Amino acid sequence: MSKVMVCVKRVVDYNVRVRVKPDGSGVITDGVKMSINPFDEIALEEALRLRERGAATEVLAVSIGPADTQQQLRTALAMGADRAILVQTDAPVEPLTAARVFLRLVEKENPRLVILGKQAIDDDNSQTGQMLAALWNRPQATFASKLELSDQVARVTREVDAGLETLEIELPAVLTTDLRLNEPRYVKLPDIMKAKKKVLDMITLADLGVTPSSNLKVLRTDPPAQRQKGVMLKTTTELVEALRSKGLVT
Amino acid sequence: MTRVLIVGEHANGRLNPSTAKCVTCARAIAGAEIAIALFGSDTAQVAGEAAQLLGVGRILRIDHPANSPTLAAVLAPQVVALAADFTHVFGPSTTFGKDLMPRAAALLGVTQISDVMAVEAPNRFRRPIYAGNAILTVESSSGSIVVATVRTASFEAAPAGGSASIESRTLNVELPTHTRFVSLSSANSGRPDLQTARIVISGGRALASADNFNLLYAVADKLGAAVGASRAAVDAGYAANDMQVGQTGKIIAPELYIAIGISGAIQHLTGIKDARTIVAINKDSEAPIFEVADFGLVGDLFSVLPELEKLLS
Repeated sequence: MSKVMVCVKRVVDYNVRVRVKPDGSGVITDGVKMSINPFDEIALEEALRLRERGAATEVLAVSIGPADTQQQLRTALAMGADRAILVQTDAPVEPLTAARVFLRLVEKENPRLVILGKQAIDDDNSQTGQMLAALWNRPQATFASKLELSDQVARVTREVDAGLETLEIELPAVLTTDLRLNEPRYVKLPDIMKAKKKVLDMITLADLGVTPSSNLKVLRTDPPAQRQKGVMLKTTTELVEALRSKGLVT
Repeated sequence: MTRVLIVGEHANGRLNPSTAKCVTCARAIAGAEIAIALFGSDTAQVAGEAAQLLGVGRILRIDHPANSPTLAAVLAPQVVALAADFTHVFGPSTTFGKDLMPRAAALLGVTQISDVMAVEAPNRFRRPIYAGNAILTVESSSGSIVVATVRTASFEAAPAGGSASIESRTLNVELPTHTRFVSLSSANSGRPDLQTARIVISGGRALASADNFNLLYAVADKLGAAVGASRAAVDAGYAANDMQVGQTGKIIAPELYIAIGISGAIQHLTGIKDARTIVAINKDSEAPIFEVADFGLVGDLFSVLPELEKLLS
């Protein structure tokens, strides 16, 4: 029995141009298209491929969020996850809280591998996977671009600033995905129909005995400083002169 | 009293520039006492370099065979052991820091403040979300330790001129053995890394083939620049995935960014908006990239690129 748990987050779709609310209380999410965080989609795809080549027997998709997050978990089921759990909460969830929730689920489900996206494209925190590995006291391989799984260990290639680093980690372990790991499949209509019959359990933070951490408070959300419109040049020579005069090239 | 511990990044006996940028961030906190921790098998040389950074009081050398090469799972409990003497723990927002710092933060029982771009008060910071499309001001509750990664593109490197004391520390911490380093291969053929390069030149779908990227490489070699690509160019197979610049690729902030034949889709613009100077070269004068460019040139890249190469010689 070899289970892979995938953590997916509901985020504003990556094609949406995000705008800050005029009163600085956050970004506008009403009526905005929501999707699975793209890096989590890669995580799910990797889990599905492991199952398809016999390296895993079950793929469990889990999420934390409002009731509407069922949509993203249904998409995960349509992609091929066997079962899903939504830990329902309407409050914002800090990475440490998410990691504590996932730890409780890990203790219940005993996965051999937990895969998450390397970061969510909404808060860009890039923390939850590392935090889960820390609390679980297990190995982490972040920013993975290649995974080879055997019985006891995983060999993972990571995208680091200096190039590609390869680690060997004992299982169970936590993996976070980078872009190059794979290209997620498209969901087909019959799969969406089939996914409706799959099990999606709904539980609460309290069911898991997790109280949200809140060492951080968001005071304000501002739009970024706008760039000033620049100058149009006519020739390549003018361009090189402009760059030289600013000391940008020699 | 603010006491900041910076987890220094280094390789091959040299300090990574990201460490000096963390020092500048820490110095933005008035009156902060700053120490740098260096983990490795022999950090003597790099400690000497770190000791010269202006504003740093102490260098803590933690030499141990298990600390080279650095592994997040091995370093995290050691960072936690050192953290007891500090109010803040900073690391760079590089792959080294992003891997390690959240692991340490979880063990310290706090959520990290990722990608600090400005310091407003000892416990109040600004950080980007949505790939820089919104900026949060966050406050850490008083009394809890602040763990943060520092967005290196937002801070200048601290200058030399300091003379910190250097101490060797032995930590009584159990180190895990479940994670083993196998190898590191440098992906790029001697070219600068996209995320730390001073100059980046990127090509879009208008390059029309993988071969034509050679025109870009020729200019990049003259500039000592890293080479990137738009998502469209990557999807078309003209450039490798790891060259992709944009919201779903690499978010970069070089001093000079040159976009060649890139129209400027939102997801690309969000990846480059923090570049100090943006140059756009495109055939289409209506391309959105010109809205964010400091210098624009409407022209055919197949004549502009060879001209650039010649003029930069």
